[in-house]
Amino acid sequence: MTAPLATLRDASKSFAGLERPALAAITASIAAGRLTGIVGPDAAGKTTLIRLMTGLVLPDRGDVSVLGADTRHNPGAAQAGIGYMPQRFGLYEDLSVQENLDLYADLQGLSEAERNSAFDRLLDFTDLGPFRERLAGKLSGGMKQKLGLACALLRRPRLLLLDEPSVGVDPASRRELWAMVRALVDPETAVVWSTSYLDEAERCDEVLLLSEGRLLYAGTPQGLTARVEGRVFRVRPEASAKRTLLQRFESDPEIADAVLQGDSIRVMTRRREHAAALGSASPTPPRFEDAFVDLLGGSHLQDSPLAAAMRTIPPSDVPVIEARGLTKTFGAFTAAENITFQVRPGEIFGLLGPNGAGKSTTFKMLCGLLRPSSGEGHVAGIDLRRAAPKARARLGYMAQKFSLYGELSVRQNLEFFAGVYGLAGARRAERVATMIDVFELGPMAGRNAAALPLGFKQRLALACALLHEPDALFLDEPTSGVDPLARREFWSHINALVKKNVAVLVTTHFMEEAEYCDRISLIYRARLAAEGSPDALKDAVRDAELPDPTMEDAFIRLIERSDAERAAT
Amino acid sequence: MTGPRQLGWLGRIAALARKEAKQIRRDPSSAVIVLFLPLFLLFLFGYGISLDAASVRLGLVLEERGPEARGLAEAYLNAPDFDARLYSSRREAERALQANELRGFIVIPPDFSERLNARASWPAQIHVVTDGSQPNTAEIVANYSQGVLSVWSVQLARDRGFAAAPAISIEPRFWFNEDLRTRYNLVPGSIALVMTIIGTLLTALVVAREWERGTLEAVFATPVSAIELLASKLFPYFLLALATMAACVLAAIFLFGVPFRGSFLAILALTAAFLTPALGQGLLISSAAKNQFVASQLALFSGFLPAMLLSGFMFEIDSMPAPIRAITTLIPARYFVTGLQTVFLAGDVWEVLAPAILKMLALGAVLSFLAWRVTPKRIA
Repeated sequence: MTAPLATLRDASKSFAGLERPALAAITASIAAGRLTGIVGPDAAGKTTLIRLMTGLVLPDRGDVSVLGADTRHNPGAAQAGIGYMPQRFGLYEDLSVQENLDLYADLQGLSEAERNSAFDRLLDFTDLGPFRERLAGKLSGGMKQKLGLACALLRRPRLLLLDEPSVGVDPASRRELWAMVRALVDPETAVVWSTSYLDEAERCDEVLLLSEGRLLYAGTPQGLTARVEGRVFRVRPEASAKRTLLQRFESDPEIADAVLQGDSIRVMTRRREHAAALGSASPTPPRFEDAFVDLLGGSHLQDSPLAAAMRTIPPSDVPVIEARGLTKTFGAFTAAENITFQVRPGEIFGLLGPNGAGKSTTFKMLCGLLRPSSGEGHVAGIDLRRAAPKARARLGYMAQKFSLYGELSVRQNLEFFAGVYGLAGARRAERVATMIDVFELGPMAGRNAAALPLGFKQRLALACALLHEPDALFLDEPTSGVDPLARREFWSHINALVKKNVAVLVTTHFMEEAEYCDRISLIYRARLAAEGSPDALKDAVRDAELPDPTMEDAFIRLIERSDAERAAT
Repeated sequence: MTGPRQLGWLGRIAALARKEAKQIRRDPSSAVIVLFLPLFLLFLFGYGISLDAASVRLGLVLEERGPEARGLAEAYLNAPDFDARLYSSRREAERALQANELRGFIVIPPDFSERLNARASWPAQIHVVTDGSQPNTAEIVANYSQGVLSVWSVQLARDRGFAAAPAISIEPRFWFNEDLRTRYNLVPGSIALVMTIIGTLLTALVVAREWERGTLEAVFATPVSAIELLASKLFPYFLLALATMAACVLAAIFLFGVPFRGSFLAILALTAAFLTPALGQGLLISSAAKNQFVASQLALFSGFLPAMLLSGFMFEIDSMPAPIRAITTLIPARYFVTGLQTVFLAGDVWEVLAPAILKMLALGAVLSFLAWRVTPKRIA
């Protein structure tokens, strides 16, 4: 076996103003000929780990050696042999595709002959040939990503470092990129790919699993999933009983994990012998996420006390959220076209699509933050064109990055939002106290929101959106990047709300998150491509070739069909 | 196959500078910053702010109506610097002053003619009342009314046939700015301000922008060194600043009619010298500020405000307290203002220009050194 291309020995890194170190005593190595995944939720230390290997960040303690050179003493030697694509690809958006390539070729010191062959090779590899003159800023997400990759590959690096390359791009582009990167791995080179998507982790040769700056596992993904072999099952309850059953599983001490997967519940028992208690459960192969949850100690959730803190909205068939032909154009660009759907009380509806597909535009129109070019939106029966502020008083909104005031304390944030929603006096004091209680924010109440751990920020953001007991709750990418336990906790709260007949609208680009929804709409290139329950959408693409399609398979196939229909008309 | 490019660092700087130039050309805000903003500021300072007394509203109260008193009143009414108006009593003029209708008023007292004609040791007097809440204007009113009075009294003496005019007659003559038009001083001064914006603010912003967009991270992972990156920012913005300077100078001469007694070579030397500290400061800021908001605040406080307040452009350095005066010696704009005013109004006085240029270069060397030291090729 050849020597590893990069090794970290006891490497630690802390940043000023943060309580825990970004990375704590990491010892790991990157082997040649392997695709290594750095896997973990946001703030786990993935980016810091990659930056340590680029030499752009030095460890406080310990050593990092890349391609035989110590990054502390000789970063130049390491940098000469690596290709690095940072999170936002590092492209100059006001330069064309060719100009970006030229620039990086000059910076890497490629000769005339080298560069011409490199350009031909990479433009062919990335299919960007026809777009040489296009400005990088005008490329789609998937194309930007490929150009970023091409710039990192100019010198045929021995170590290719990709920091979250697949964030926000559509599933088809994500698969394509994966295949391209796979093809780059040869016995002499290695690729490092960081991700918070656990399905990507499964496909790596090796993984370094990080959580809160610590290395939880290093090895093959199969080695980790093998630990929970024989403990994972699928239970298919009556549709009406699924959330009640889920809650029972969540609080059962013999069950390590339970999540909704369309109409069924995925269950992982604490021990193999516990399986008998599940009754009519069918065993199912374990996945990386199961093993990760097990490694974190399993999830154990009591019934969310949120139910007790919210009024019960009378059940009804009248939709709470309604979009009718919503269209938004910005000049010649159509951001959303003829978007129509309804969300009834007690229903979770998801808008699933990649970044830039039109999810946020649709969302903003339904919150009354953006005026539709045509069509109409209603929330709780109120027409958003006529009385947007009145409608907004009936909905709770949790923005993507939580939009909390970082310099205000937890309590001050709650009081501020209570004030914004018009709660005053005893009522305000009571609601704030209730929310602190329900979300167990008491010990944190005096701390600034900016200093909270990610999981607490999420709780606080949800608490702020629910102070005024809204009829409808809008969630924008609510759990992308949080760890699986925090995601389960979050959704247990949402389940509690649904029982009280709150209507929930979720946008996400995250396929697993879509499984929590009762119904989803696939949104792609400003239009709705398909609508149905997660299982119905998966069933729609099931065939001999794909006997057990994932949500992502369904998405890709349904988009292809919709594109074909669009082309035909 | 040709050999690998031997250019090394020079090639990398050239590549980055070319990239910068393309970005400047493609960014529509460049034209605004290079042409519109300087002209706008020059107009603002050239026309909007004037420290001249032209058409200052002045009240006149005649408490006697003898021919001498009327003659003096006539002199005030005809003076080009004043927009004078008669009031029937002190009380009325005071009210007008309080109502902000007047900047000051002059009272010719009842015994004016009597004292004047007595030519005794008991000289004639007039009272000048000015609005002290605006000290600049007050001073100008007092000085100008003094001027009108002395011109009139000389005239009076001649009319009366005194062969010998008053023992000493003061005839003020202002050199370099004969008409005492503050615009002539303000326009060169405001050019210094514009150049601070271009040199410091713009440079700070373009580096911060690269941090914000994440492009610097990718560039830093290539063999580029920090100093190469800094150098690549300097050249394009140096040229851009020279273009702005040319626009400013032309506007000063042809739009504002500021006399230009020096040479373009002197202007070029001054500008080049000034840009060293201005660009160095911008780069220094950019290494500390990784987003455009912080960068612009820092540039505003450390560049623009001192250039405005402490460069001698608005307030005379000689009348500042000693500690503040000491601080002004560290403000590059101070030397640039002096230099520009000299070139425009006096000519190529190298005795003044050379020290100014040397001091700016010295400050530039210090700032560039600091920028180079604190810009690490690391991101944390």
